[in-house]
Amino acid sequence: MSEIILMGLNHKTAPVQLREALAFTEEEAFTALAEIKNLENIKETLIFSTCNRMEILFVSQECPPVDAVDSIKNFISEYKKISISQFDDSFYTYFGDDAVKHIFRVASSLDSMIVGEPQILGQVKKAFRTSVTGNSSGVILNRLMHKSFNIAKRVRRETGIGDHAVSISYAAIELANKIFSDLTTKSVMLLGAGEMAELAVEYLITNGVKNISIANRTFCNAVTLAEKFNGNPIKFEERQAMLEEVDIIISSTGATQCILNAAEVKKAMRHRKNRPLFFIDIAVPRDIDPDINKISNAYLYDIDDLNNIVNDNMEERHMEAVKGERLVEEAVVKFRRWLENLKLVPTIVDLKAKINSITEAETKKTLGHLKNLSEDDIAGIERMTRAIAGKLMHDPILFLKNIGDHRDHALYLSIARQLFNLNNINGHKADTDLH
Amino acid sequence: METANSAMIMLSVAALLYLASCATYFLYLFFQKDSMQKTALWLICAGFLLHFTAIGIATYTMGALPVKNLQQTFFIASLALAGVFIVLQYRLNLKILGVLVSPLIVIMMAAAFLMPETVSANEPALKGFWLVAHIIMIFTGEAALAMACGTGILYLIQENAIKKKKRGFFYSRLPSLDLLDSTGYSCIASGFVMLTFGLITGFIYAKSIWGKFFSWDPKEIWSMVTWLVYAALLHGRLTSGWRGKRSAIMAIIGFTILIFTFLGVNFFIGGYHEVFTR
Repeated sequence: MSEIILMGLNHKTAPVQLREALAFTEEEAFTALAEIKNLENIKETLIFSTCNRMEILFVSQECPPVDAVDSIKNFISEYKKISISQFDDSFYTYFGDDAVKHIFRVASSLDSMIVGEPQILGQVKKAFRTSVTGNSSGVILNRLMHKSFNIAKRVRRETGIGDHAVSISYAAIELANKIFSDLTTKSVMLLGAGEMAELAVEYLITNGVKNISIANRTFCNAVTLAEKFNGNPIKFEERQAMLEEVDIIISSTGATQCILNAAEVKKAMRHRKNRPLFFIDIAVPRDIDPDINKISNAYLYDIDDLNNIVNDNMEERHMEAVKGERLVEEAVVKFRRWLENLKLVPTIVDLKAKINSITEAETKKTLGHLKNLSEDDIAGIERMTRAIAGKLMHDPILFLKNIGDHRDHALYLSIARQLFNLNNINGHKADTDLH
Repeated sequence: METANSAMIMLSVAALLYLASCATYFLYLFFQKDSMQKTALWLICAGFLLHFTAIGIATYTMGALPVKNLQQTFFIASLALAGVFIVLQYRLNLKILGVLVSPLIVIMMAAAFLMPETVSANEPALKGFWLVAHIIMIFTGEAALAMACGTGILYLIQENAIKKKKRGFFYSRLPSLDLLDSTGYSCIASGFVMLTFGLITGFIYAKSIWGKFFSWDPKEIWSMVTWLVYAALLHGRLTSGWRGKRSAIMAIIGFTILIFTFLGVNFFIGGYHEVFTR
């Protein structure tokens, strides 16, 4: 009996050194897949490797699943030149439904370090593409992966796992959007430099902010940054004067004292006719006078405030993730149903049922028009239609029963089901998305 | 009598539609599904059409706008509110506004239905172009100013959340401060213009009936006070940038005075407008 198996490690089970040692680049994955194809226990394979996880998803041949697991472990050990004992403890192995559930959870970002982070789906898709290019994916993995893309999109759409910012920089942008209605008409001033501050500026640019001024104690640095963001470098001493023009101020300098105080902002407020000002202070120690938040139409958020938002949002995501888990469970059940239908007996039963329903319906229709037939004639016609149907189906059924050990049963059964459109009679959706 | 009855039935159905819209708006408030907001808006539109037809029938049968008692006045005021709300909803993208306006409409309709229907003498003074213009403009102006008060309240809630860094139930459900502020401003500006024309037409009407523009009637005095408050607000905004919180508070104060002018004067002070609110 072939089985879907997933094994690997992730940020929860393995330290970064081990994850690094076992990571596959895209090229490595490609060559590894080609080698795995030659293993006799394995039918279909996909290697999924990111900085937080390395997982191999595969379908075993007709053999005890444990044998297939061992072949993969041996392969990893040889390919990565690392003894099994070094990674065995960190490895998890899931069979059947559990494997399906795991890949669904991974694709939906429910298993991620930051729940709901959106990159993972793209990475899963890329891994699948590699597997398809290398001809390592077959009817089962194709279906499984497409379903995982679907469930991932559904979880994102129907739950709030991706709704709120979980990074400092992004939280600042969300706030800016609650203060200003249209960021494209706003301008921003960056004081100092730093990863988080620059990231916030980048987010603002993607949100349409065009006018960016950059001030730095070292003017030269301001010029460099201004080139990067396509902004205007300004002198550090100009910062107070700029308060009349800009709307958002992001500060991240190494200053030990406040570089903007409340009196200066109050004065600027009068000149700018109380148009709102939003201060984002990412520096430690703080750059901007906390009293500024008391001025009306001026809003100040420092790093702690932003951290609080991020923590709250994290909690919210975890709550939303519970809904996501429910959707995943549902998808697992549906997938199992499809997989069970891919077996020989249900396929033959469905095939016979379909042919019988057609012949019965057509016979009934024809006999309805023919009024002058005797009972015997009717019985004869009915016998004939059944015989035609039976003879027609004889060879295909015989073929399905003797597909041969060296061939992929799932593929032939899947084709048979599509050829006769059997997936609709059970009330399931047609497998139009199989290939 | 037949037409009066059918008008009442239409008004009842309209009230039910408003109620349904209000309920849908509250669902929207909690679940934030755009389809709910759309449904709620359609329900209000349907209610408005029926309401409008009913008032139209009443006007036709009576030969004058039905503003003879407080009940009729409330029906007209809620119609104006619904109408102005619908227009604003299409012009401004402030989906949450219905959550405030729809309950207000429902309350006004309910109040109208609960009031005793007093029969008043058919005064000849209550006819004519200037009066109709006066009534329509005053009521649409008041409806716009009510909406300004509503956005002012929303602004204060949102401002408080951002300033105090305590993001509660409303934070994610309310739009940006900028949008609330500019919506409030548009409401006040349009409301003020209507109010101004309403007062002017009122003076002209007074001149044509009583021979003088201004007769120091309490309602007239308080109307002027209201007008001055809003004039001050707009002046402050244009010259010295009164916006944000201050503007929101002024909008709420202005509307409180307006409510007093609309109802309080009749109940507490009196005057010739009293006739319509018996």
